[in-house]
Amino acid sequence: MTALIEAADVAYAVSGRTLVHPTDLTLGAGETLVIVGPNGAGKSTLLKLLTGELAPSAGRVRYGGRDIRALPAWRLAAMRAVMAQSETLAFPFTVAEVVGIGLDGVSGGARGAARDARILDALARADIVHLAARDVQTLSGGERQRAQFARALAQLEAGRAAMGDAPRGGQVLFLDEPVSSLDLGHQIALLEAARALAEDGLGVVAVLHDLNLATLYADRIVALAGGRVVAAGPPDRVVDAALLRDVFAVPLPVHRRAGSGAPFVLPERPGRG
Amino acid sequence: MSAGVAGSGASVPARTPAHALAARRARARLGLVALVVLVVALSILALGAGAVAIPPGRVVAILRDAATGAGEVATRDALVVTGIRLPRLLMGLLVGAALAVAGALMQGLFRNPLADPGLVGVSSGAGLAAGVTIVLGERLVPASLGIDPFALLPIGAFLGGLASTLVLYAIATRNGRTSIATMLLAGIALGALAGAASGVLAYVSDDRQLRDLTFWSLGSLGGATWAKLAVIAPILLATLAATPILARALNALVLGEAEAYHLGIAVERAKAAIVVLVAAAVGASVAAAGVIGFVGIVVPHLLRLVVGPDHRVLLPASALLGAGLLVGADLVARTVVAPAELPIGIVTAAIGAPFFLWLLLRRRGLFP
Repeated sequence: MTALIEAADVAYAVSGRTLVHPTDLTLGAGETLVIVGPNGAGKSTLLKLLTGELAPSAGRVRYGGRDIRALPAWRLAAMRAVMAQSETLAFPFTVAEVVGIGLDGVSGGARGAARDARILDALARADIVHLAARDVQTLSGGERQRAQFARALAQLEAGRAAMGDAPRGGQVLFLDEPVSSLDLGHQIALLEAARALAEDGLGVVAVLHDLNLATLYADRIVALAGGRVVAAGPPDRVVDAALLRDVFAVPLPVHRRAGSGAPFVLPERPGRG
Repeated sequence: MSAGVAGSGASVPARTPAHALAARRARARLGLVALVVLVVALSILALGAGAVAIPPGRVVAILRDAATGAGEVATRDALVVTGIRLPRLLMGLLVGAALAVAGALMQGLFRNPLADPGLVGVSSGAGLAAGVTIVLGERLVPASLGIDPFALLPIGAFLGGLASTLVLYAIATRNGRTSIATMLLAGIALGALAGAASGVLAYVSDDRQLRDLTFWSLGSLGGATWAKLAVIAPILLATLAATPILARALNALVLGEAEAYHLGIAVERAKAAIVVLVAAAVGASVAAAGVIGFVGIVVPHLLRLVVGPDHRVLLPASALLGAGLLVGADLVARTVVAPAELPIGIVTAAIGAPFFLWLLLRRRGLFP
């Protein structure tokens, strides 16, 4: 397994407060890595270090062996897309236009009908073709999230074209709480779509709160608490009652699925076991 | 004009999503064509209207003759058109286009449809520098140099706009990152400071200077000459020519600075470029015609409703409608109280201020 991303001893401190302690992390092609942890554990900060949005105060992040700080923004944008937690927009862009913006940063190559075709393809994969002409300012939180997902998919396609239609793989998709506003059906649809990309060879890094979804879709789970990695490994190893109690400070009994034996978490009210 | 464009755009049948996307592109193209027609028509009207009324057909003939150097070059009508009205028209077109584009740039940068160079102190900085030149120019420039202090006005205004933008940028930027919120607040403070300083200037100035100062702060295209145009036009044309390069960056910035970086935009460089272009456009405009408000807010906002917010269309459309609006306002300013003239700032404020209020009320859901 070739490493798409290698983070060596990355740490992040701001005004004397350490948000992420020195951390080593690698992401392989075709791998889905899920970051879990309580609020304020440093999940989003770690993600920002990996995407290049924040410069680490120590250590370094490499993409395909090259230091991320040495890559120009457009080159990095061809290698990874980020679906951040979505904000409302100040201007009345349509959903199709927002997805189109995802195409323009990298390539600017496709125009007219070819560009439209790419936009519609991304919309279809995010199941929002019917929203194409809608003003993003009028979308619900869940619809907005799917529009952002479509934009990230479009960026990956454009990036692939910009790198000479390279086979998928070599690219990374980052998802920061991608399903926080979605209904269960769309949560699963989005994560299935991300998983399908991983099967094509992309690396996927997601921050998720739902431990059961994390267990279902992750090859590897990284549990953060207080800015430190407290556990990392396959779901089987990380989803452990004692460990989860330490991380989340509430009892989270772990059960086993009949058949596969995969772990799942069934929350309980504290003290009522 | 806008209603016509909107109507024809909506009547294109959108059977499939692909058709809908193509229809929106067609509508944007149609909007740009309609704006070009509007600007050309207004220009011919403006060249013909005034104390010496010249019919449109004759205006076109005079322009053709002037361009080819043939026919009637020195008749009274030809002199009025080419010597007096043409430089004024060109100045109006350029200043209007620059102010509207500066507004669109600033709104994209701030991700706020109410942002405007007038709001963040760029115009007041330029205006203050112009005021200093008017009131103190005679004392600061030794008479022995033989320079008319009034000739320094464009340079002063331009430097003032640039200086206030740079101060603003320096205040709001820490560790290579610009805080938009700080910039907006600092801009309001700088604007107030410039206002106070302008008040002091008015206090120490004599009667003639006070008249000049008032005239300047209300704006006018009355002083447009070929000589002034030769100084201002290159700055404004270069600024306008440079803006399309920033369209993609502005589109991405609308999603947020982090998102723009994710999408492959060199964010800090794009922001610096936007700030410099706004300073150049506003500084040169104030130098040419004084402080003219509201063009930068009204034009881009109206166009977002008609051709959409995509900056690749919005920026050229803003340039066209801004040019048209200012020429139209100038036409009103110099004809309603003829033979006297209204300062053009009064006309744009009379159109712009109610529009701005309507915008605010609409955002609060009080209007459809």
